[in-house]
Amino acid sequence: MKKNSLSDLDSRILRIYQSDPDIQMAKLASTAGTTPAVLSRRLVRLRQNGQILAKEAIINWRLLGYKVEVSLRVTLDKTHHMAFDNFMSEARKIVEVIEIQTFLGKVDVRLLLIAKDMDDYQRVYRERILHLPHILEIEPLMHISRVRNSEVLPV
Amino acid sequence: MELDEIDLQLLKELQRDCSRSASSFVDQIGLSQPAIWRRIKRFYEEGIISGKRLVLDTEKVGFSVTVFVGIKLARKGQIRVEDFEQAVTAIPEVQTVEHVLGVYDYRIRIVARDISDFERILRRRIMTLPGAGEIEANVLLSEEKRQGPL
Repeated sequence: MKKNSLSDLDSRILRIYQSDPDIQMAKLASTAGTTPAVLSRRLVRLRQNGQILAKEAIINWRLLGYKVEVSLRVTLDKTHHMAFDNFMSEARKIVEVIEIQTFLGKVDVRLLLIAKDMDDYQRVYRERILHLPHILEIEPLMHISRVRNSEVLPV
Repeated sequence: MELDEIDLQLLKELQRDCSRSASSFVDQIGLSQPAIWRRIKRFYEEGIISGKRLVLDTEKVGFSVTVFVGIKLARKGQIRVEDFEQAVTAIPEVQTVEHVLGVYDYRIRIVARDISDFERILRRRIMTLPGAGEIEANVLLSEEKRQGPL
């Protein structure tokens, strides 16, 4: 079997398990059309192969008082050979940054920032973000709503 | 929402691995198993933990390309936002749809098997969305989720 391909059974297991991470193993087995013994072996293998990485709790930041969510699209000065590394290592020190993504395209890096309110956002933006190294341009996108949020993969 | 130091520590751990049992925290935190269990139960009851996510290695399960697409709605004529949202959420390769305020109206995350698969999705499904105007695509190279202010 190719390293990055899944058998039909693996795909079924992952499809069901992703959509309901709390599912009972017996039910997962029967829904995927297999036995609990086979299922448990498959899951061990999927974890060993690094295909299943973890099961994470999703924190509701809004409920913890972080009402503002902003995407900052950053263009870096790439004439400096360490621009990406320097920028990333400084950005990791800002606790309000909950996601860091790098891209090939018009935008180099995107930071997802959370803040308690607009004053708090202004503070983090002025005191922390604007001090990050090698920035050429920052473009903010204010999040209004999530129409869909399922990082479920269509395996 | 009142959270003490122990709650924050528990949340940090669960954010990494929520399959851990209450008893696995006993030595680390120094509280009894029932006391830890009650705290964890409260996170779920009060919605501080809003759900669980099974994290897969995108590439190892066959999706080597992740692209973020910014979409501006065309301003000409009548566009029903609901029509656009309904159509975009029906595309299986679309993982997230965020309504944003800024240079774009929507930001969507798409997974594809490879670049030609992405091209097919972009041409057949994204560009034909009702009301879609200007489109910008950025290919994801790396992604880090951080712990946040816990």
